[in-house]
Amino acid sequence: MTRSALPGLAIATAVLCVGLLLAFTVGRYPVSVADLFSVLLAKISGQTAGASTAVQSVILQVRGPRVLAAVLVGAALAVAGTAFQGLFRNPLVSPDILGASSGAALGAVIGIFFSLGVLAIQALAFAGGLLAVAAVYLIGSAVRARDPILVLVLTGVVVGALLGAGVGLVKYLADPYNQLPAMTFWLLGSLAAANVTDLLPLFGPVAIGSAVLIALRWRMNVMSLHEEEARSLGIATGPLRVAIVAAATLTTSASVATAGIIGWVGLVVPHLARSLVGPDFARLLPTAAILGGGYLLLIDTLARTAAEVEIPLGILTAVVGTPFFIWLLANMQKTWS
Amino acid sequence: MNIEGRNLTIGYPDRTVGHGLDVALATGEVLALLGPNGGGKTTLLKTLLGLLRPKAGEVRLGDKPLNNYSIRERARVIAYVPQVHISTFAFMVETVVLMGRTAHGGLFSRPSAKDRAVAQAAVERFGIAALATRPYTMISGGERQLVLLARALAQEPQFIVLDEPTASLDFGNQGKVMNEIRALARSGHGVLFTTHDPNHALRAADRAYLLREGKRLDEGPVDTVLQRAPLEALYGAPVQLISDENRRAFLPG
Repeated sequence: MTRSALPGLAIATAVLCVGLLLAFTVGRYPVSVADLFSVLLAKISGQTAGASTAVQSVILQVRGPRVLAAVLVGAALAVAGTAFQGLFRNPLVSPDILGASSGAALGAVIGIFFSLGVLAIQALAFAGGLLAVAAVYLIGSAVRARDPILVLVLTGVVVGALLGAGVGLVKYLADPYNQLPAMTFWLLGSLAAANVTDLLPLFGPVAIGSAVLIALRWRMNVMSLHEEEARSLGIATGPLRVAIVAAATLTTSASVATAGIIGWVGLVVPHLARSLVGPDFARLLPTAAILGGGYLLLIDTLARTAAEVEIPLGILTAVVGTPFFIWLLANMQKTWS
Repeated sequence: MNIEGRNLTIGYPDRTVGHGLDVALATGEVLALLGPNGGGKTTLLKTLLGLLRPKAGEVRLGDKPLNNYSIRERARVIAYVPQVHISTFAFMVETVVLMGRTAHGGLFSRPSAKDRAVAQAAVERFGIAALATRPYTMISGGERQLVLLARALAQEPQFIVLDEPTASLDFGNQGKVMNEIRALARSGHGVLFTTHDPNHALRAADRAYLLREGKRLDEGPVDTVLQRAPLEALYGAPVQLISDENRRAFLPG
């Protein structure tokens, strides 16, 4: 505890600030930094801004909700990934290890198939993620084995494959002109449609899930030891594992319901955060949340501006994440032996 | 206080490892558990720790069945030092020792100033204060064993159970750990450890328990039990005895 967490937290915060500045100012309608600050200050103080109404609308109506959604989704995925990597004692684990993403995907494509509204699709995706993880957990717990963690991960892989087949079936049956593009777009992840009404259903679950995980931060340190060691140190590992999985699944499902499937963030960001502040969850979780928000914000700004058409987020995070992860594997073995 | 296993049948859901086992450990004494690989040493250890349920019989802690204690209450009475291993994440040594305080805090709490003081005292007792801010993954096997001992002591338990505490240590560190085990008994702890080396039992233990194929061959004061014939029966192999007027040692083969 003597080594300060401040430098690492400062770097993460700097990434988030740069992300915020770029996200608000860069784009098809460039906004100057001076305009940005005058509009935001005016909004906070309730006065009228000096900037034109077009600039105000770009900042407050168009980019504002999308920026907040990106920060929340990035933070949620990073926090969930951090929790799962600790719980499963495996740094190659990502938030969808127990089927949250595939469950959400099936819920969403079913919603699109029946031409439901956006909110209904999001609700189905959210419910699908929670149900998938609950099913994996129940099946995994019913199989009595000496290594409950391994059984849980393998059950997640198997159930995820089945749900993937379900998604394939719905896509196969879907109308190829109207429904299939919408499904594909959703499965690749995007924040293009994020608006103000998305923020509350996203913020609520993410805040609750993150708060539970941060409250359990010390126990999560102990949970990353071997099962029997954690129990001999006084932790009822079974109930605590349920609480951690539920909290991480809540944040994952809420972000998948809003933004579709965005891989890699929950895998890469926890590593970055660990290399900044070490493995102690008390400092790791906040750092991962801040860094995850900044990271997805930068990726989303790239998605908006790099090409004539928007690039799906899932593709960009994979293109950025894969080489980064290979580099991590080669260089960062000191953060996990 | 006592830990007592009465007429235990031990094992896993799919297989029984041993039965008819009676074992007792009091505070202030050291008991060594000896036996060939696969004979049930670790299974018996885990049963006495409450990590495995006995298939028959009962483990009692003090005047109550061990089952009546919550996991947290148990951890404040019995500490477990597993075989030295490398953890997945590079926690600092002082964080690993602080984890020993988990059972003394609430569900959402972090270690308090008192917890830090207890952990610090444990670290100093084992002479590893200089390692406190090093990552646990970057220290030697002998140092790790001392860190795990410090973590066990930080639990402020009455009993400490060690699984092969000398198995992966060099010669010098083996002696150091033996001395620390003696010191723990002098400070009032009851210590149970498994070992492959009868000499370690002679050096550090008051009593020895010989376990072969899930059955107790013998049990009693080390000077009585650790003789050539019972050891040859235990390991199914010849054993040589070396002795002078006050001390004895065994050589395999």
